[in-house]
Amino acid sequence: MSTTVSQLAHYNAKVARSRATSEPAWIRWSLIIVSLLFLSLFLFIPLAAVFTEALRKGFETYIAALIEPDALSAIKLTLIAAAIALPLNLVFGVAAAWAIAKFEFKGKSILITLIDLPFAVSPVIAGLIYVLIFGLQGWFGEWLIDNDLKVIFAIPGIVLATIFVTFPFIARELIPLMQAQGKDEEEAGLVLGASGWQILWHITLPNIKWGLLYGVILTNARAMGEFGAVSVVSGHIRGMTNTMPLHVEILYNEYNYAAAFAVASLLAFLALITLALKSYIEWQSARSVVAAKPVDE
Amino acid sequence: MAKNKQKNVLPGFNLSLGYTLLYLSLIVLIPLSAAFFKTTELTFAEFWHTVTTPRVIASYKLTFGASLFAAVINAIFGLLTAWVLTRYTFPGKKLVDALVDLPFALPTAVAGIALTAVYATNGWLGSLLEPHGIKVAFTPLGVVVALTFIGLPFVVRTVQPVLEDLEAETEEAAASLGANRWQTFSRVILPALWPALLTGFALAFARAVGEYGSVIFIAGNMPMVSEITPLIIITKLEQYDYAGATAVAVVMLVISFLLLFAINGLQWWSSRRNSASR
Repeated sequence: MSTTVSQLAHYNAKVARSRATSEPAWIRWSLIIVSLLFLSLFLFIPLAAVFTEALRKGFETYIAALIEPDALSAIKLTLIAAAIALPLNLVFGVAAAWAIAKFEFKGKSILITLIDLPFAVSPVIAGLIYVLIFGLQGWFGEWLIDNDLKVIFAIPGIVLATIFVTFPFIARELIPLMQAQGKDEEEAGLVLGASGWQILWHITLPNIKWGLLYGVILTNARAMGEFGAVSVVSGHIRGMTNTMPLHVEILYNEYNYAAAFAVASLLAFLALITLALKSYIEWQSARSVVAAKPVDE
Repeated sequence: MAKNKQKNVLPGFNLSLGYTLLYLSLIVLIPLSAAFFKTTELTFAEFWHTVTTPRVIASYKLTFGASLFAAVINAIFGLLTAWVLTRYTFPGKKLVDALVDLPFALPTAVAGIALTAVYATNGWLGSLLEPHGIKVAFTPLGVVVALTFIGLPFVVRTVQPVLEDLEAETEEAAASLGANRWQTFSRVILPALWPALLTGFALAFARAVGEYGSVIFIAGNMPMVSEITPLIIITKLEQYDYAGATAVAVVMLVISFLLLFAINGLQWWSSRRNSASR
């Protein structure tokens, strides 16, 4: 009996609230439709176009474009660049977040701004600066030639450019998260006799695992998809220094649209997986926050 | 550190900060400084001449004009999308919410060729617009379309959390004091959203200014008409005019740094306002 009464009261309150602080149905639906129309024009229709264009000449042409040797070597190079850039930026992200979140020091806000710098720099400029250092006329140009080393128009340059454009992702994700978590748990671990590495491994990393994973998948998506910066340092040598996005560009400029969109559809598929993982992580971390809450209160 | 009364007992400060500074210097700071050193090879007159030739000036106008236009579109429709996603329910909402981040995840080259295919005169949308005399692909309008795509998630994702945290009580208070829905929105909700909206706008603008991959496919890249500044840098590089490329890059870098400081200031303002209201 009492539940029905409270349910009724709740329902009444809800109705009263929705009348006072919501819009009439026709406004609501027109706003929803305008918003969906906008998203369709700029997101949904182009996304659908990638897959239809890729399959326009049939499934066999599609597969043929993906298993052709140049395409395979582009896929391999993309995976290599991401596989090197990811762990390096991961270690940096954890180190930077540890220093910034757990300690007070002068110039902290300047440091945070400097970590953000690669976000503000055009990818083209990110490529250019490495050409200025490692290119033929660059600072180390002659030394590299004398020692028979190649950075620009070779894999090391591509890896460097990839590291630069994905530099802030993991650090940016971890800094606010670790600041919010404070350092009580780490200090408790210390009092109980844990070493620094044990604290990091058994306390901090489990606490930040969702944020870390979130940063990793964003880094990975950008690393595999980077175009501008890599384009400047790669030299576009087919089968040698072409990543997947550059391969897409070459095929497209040769008017080989079906093949270009076939490789592009792989990248689009990767983007969709990234978004799915991202939503899953957001859901999981929201759940762990909810689960942790009653303990606090 | 000596000033802190309570000494921090956690280990690893020197190691983590040292590594952070070393990595930051090697990957970001020293390479960026190379750009500024390279321009010192030019006299100021040469530098000024390089960055103010009519073709370069035209590219600034296009880059900043189209970025501004795209950021305004994103501010208006991003606010609307954030509102619809936080306030209303409709079928497929979760999917739409997840897809808003697509421009962050989709490689720019893929976005470029997809938008070109859709907006070319024989494309799905381009063929609908052409009879009305509107050409999108291979015109400056195409640049705006690509930059709108690139900046789309920024406004939505900065405004959305603020809208979610907005307390229902303030709106109820406004309503009980006799405000109609539009008055409540424009006088109560919108002022609370301003810092987030501006931050999202600035982020979208900053991202658009440097964008290269998605634009070059749809722009047509005609000098003086649809050539963006990053493309000028690439063209100069391909002609081995390293000093010229760097001069234009330095102009863009300085503007980007100013934008970054403005964004940081905005975020500081917005977080201060949010914590003050709590």
